[in-house]
Amino acid sequence: MSAPMGILLGFQPVVLWTDALLFLLVALALVSALRARAQAPLRAAWRKVGRRPTGMAAATVLLAFLAVGLVDSLHYRPLLPAVESAAGVGAEAGSAPAAPVVSTEVLSALDALLAPLRLRTEKTYSAPFAWTLYQRETVETADGGQVRDYPRLAYGAAHLGADAAAARGGDVALRLVSALAQAALAWLFAFLVLASLVWRGSGLRWGEVALAMLAGRTVLAWRAALVTLAVLLAVVAVCVELAPLYHVLGTDKVGQDVLYLALKSVRTALVIGTLTTLVMMPFAVALGIAAGYLGGWVDDAVQYVYTVLNAIPGVLLIAAAVLMMQVVIDTHPQWFDTAAERSDARLLALCFILGITSWTGLARLLRGETLKLRELEYVQAARAFGVRTPAILRRHILPNLMHIVLIALVMDFSGLVLAEAVLSYVGIGVDPSTISFGTMINMARAELAREPMVWWSLAAAFVFMFVLVLAANLFADVVRDAFDPRRA
Amino acid sequence: MLAYLLRRLLYAVPILIGVNLLTFVLFFVVNSPDDMARMHIGVKRATPEAIERWKAERGYDKPMFVNAEAEGSARFTETIFFDKSLRMFALEFGRADDGRDIGQEIRDRMGPSLAIALPTFLLSLFVSISFALLLVFFRASYLDFWGVVLCVAMMSISSLFYIIGGQWLVSKLWALVPISGYAPGLDAARFLVLPVLISVLAGIGSSARWYRTIFLEEISKDYVRTARAKGLSELAVLFRHVLRNALIPILTGVVVVIPLLFMGSLLVESFFAIPGLGSYTIDAINAQDFAVVRAMVFIGSVLYIVGLILTDLSYTLADPRVRLQ
Repeated sequence: MSAPMGILLGFQPVVLWTDALLFLLVALALVSALRARAQAPLRAAWRKVGRRPTGMAAATVLLAFLAVGLVDSLHYRPLLPAVESAAGVGAEAGSAPAAPVVSTEVLSALDALLAPLRLRTEKTYSAPFAWTLYQRETVETADGGQVRDYPRLAYGAAHLGADAAAARGGDVALRLVSALAQAALAWLFAFLVLASLVWRGSGLRWGEVALAMLAGRTVLAWRAALVTLAVLLAVVAVCVELAPLYHVLGTDKVGQDVLYLALKSVRTALVIGTLTTLVMMPFAVALGIAAGYLGGWVDDAVQYVYTVLNAIPGVLLIAAAVLMMQVVIDTHPQWFDTAAERSDARLLALCFILGITSWTGLARLLRGETLKLRELEYVQAARAFGVRTPAILRRHILPNLMHIVLIALVMDFSGLVLAEAVLSYVGIGVDPSTISFGTMINMARAELAREPMVWWSLAAAFVFMFVLVLAANLFADVVRDAFDPRRA
Repeated sequence: MLAYLLRRLLYAVPILIGVNLLTFVLFFVVNSPDDMARMHIGVKRATPEAIERWKAERGYDKPMFVNAEAEGSARFTETIFFDKSLRMFALEFGRADDGRDIGQEIRDRMGPSLAIALPTFLLSLFVSISFALLLVFFRASYLDFWGVVLCVAMMSISSLFYIIGGQWLVSKLWALVPISGYAPGLDAARFLVLPVLISVLAGIGSSARWYRTIFLEEISKDYVRTARAKGLSELAVLFRHVLRNALIPILTGVVVVIPLLFMGSLLVESFFAIPGLGSYTIDAINAQDFAVVRAMVFIGSVLYIVGLILTDLSYTLADPRVRLQ
């Protein structure tokens, strides 16, 4: 990015590797969705997913998490404010300033949105909605004496002034009502838009369609999606209303807002959960098909490779690979411009490492299915007509394997999110500077044993992870039911 | 049978060699011993002499595969590959970074690991299968539906929370058992109750659901209808027919892990400060003690292969029609 462009934007865009891959995955999903519309069997399978209330509800929750993750994947480096050497004129962008300096800190669009949460750090622990710190400290009184008291927070409930204790209850209640009212309005708007979309081309009256959606009489389970959306909007509205004024989920040991940490963790979880499958898929598909279709020594070789990989207990293989990767990263600091790039490289490497240990299962499934497909009449006919092997693989084998790949993608997601937490906890996961559920839990590990107990960081990590993984599990079940022919 | 076993054992050799090569490449080729030395000593203090000393102390100062200076068989034995990799086949693991003998350490720590893993394994097998059979008995009812929902919800909770929550509730709030620690002999039971219960609880969700699927698949088959038609009670059908026939898929998943029980559970052992192989591995990972990690990888894969062979043997016990040839 050239310097003038940087001035124009006020920041320098940064595309991290995981960002690029995440957006690639979204693009792939969109393309395959467009193609699926044209194919009757795929459309039927997806309609089956949409007909199940759990499927629609889980999809809504997952989309919300995905939105957070994608906003958090638009990275940039802000310009540093003009330095004093420019003597005050540097503020005017047009008047040929000194070369602008970009910060080494990489931020994301989510960071910009959550700037109030990110920047308002307290000194240490404070409970949710608190106006004082969680621990007594020695405070100097006005007359020079010293007293042990809970110090006032710098930002939490700061708008209430001195008598926060009395005013807090009423203030929170008032804002809660206003937030819920806004959420109701937003929901109504979403409902009107959605109902109009469903109504379009149905040939019915708009009111009939809207009523049917609310009563749950539509083919697709719109009511489940609408109910989930209502809950989500309520939670979001409450956070938007209250989070800038209070620490809704408290602050952690170094005074960071826990809500901010939890939201930032979502991206890490999504990256691990999806990119792992994405990066291992080419290997699994290529080797699985090759082993199943070509047979012979290719089959033997592939089977040997995956038996060897399977023979090593997963955790140990991951530990060994991560330790080695750490050495590589530590001994090559010149590869990375910023700390964010280094932790991103580590995140991506972790995806690859998890992929290496998990592709064997998918490859074995694909091999088995290919063995079966190879003997089917239409494939034999294609071979008899002299169609070349690559063409057979592309036209007849690959499309009939895609449902297995899709099922693997959604089934693996929740397990990988859980694995990330455990691995980061053990110290072989993401970079300690990357905010993730694992690092959150790791930092909060001893908090329940404290006196008095600090429960909110763990509770926040627990709730966010539980909702994400539960939604993923439910969605995966529905997708598997819809796409697996044996479960018809 | 004997011929089959021999063949399986022979087949294990190339796999173990593969494992060995893979770990060797991971540990010595991706990063040279110089890199590791620099990291252990600290980049700032890593003078060439310090690196050489570090390597010499640990036997990393030899050539990788071929020692051109030595004569005869020593050309291949006086190398890192022979010393660090091939000696493992003789169960010689060398020394850890703190100078202790890894083999001895493993023998000492096997006991506590087993003391926690074996009860966990048996209890969770029993509980999960019972729960799954209960769900199948009440299949297509509300009990079944909410049971499955409970399973999915339990699956969605990270095992970290089971442990942290369990320790907090049982040990801190109710003060029933010590939070962590270990004592040899019968006294250990006091320390083992909580970790075992927590591991069982953490595993129920996914395994009960899996067993339920297996049982449901079995229950729709013709022989079950025949068994019911001849007047057997539903319980007799479930226990005598369905359970027995579902054993093969269950054994496939279960027997493989039996030998791996020796390795212990990384998380549980480290949380409860149990001096087993799991916490040994975690400590080694945190201290970046590659010799220990390499030894554990090797043992793990040996045990995995033993598990595969045991699985085949267990088939013959479960199903008299299976013959190993």
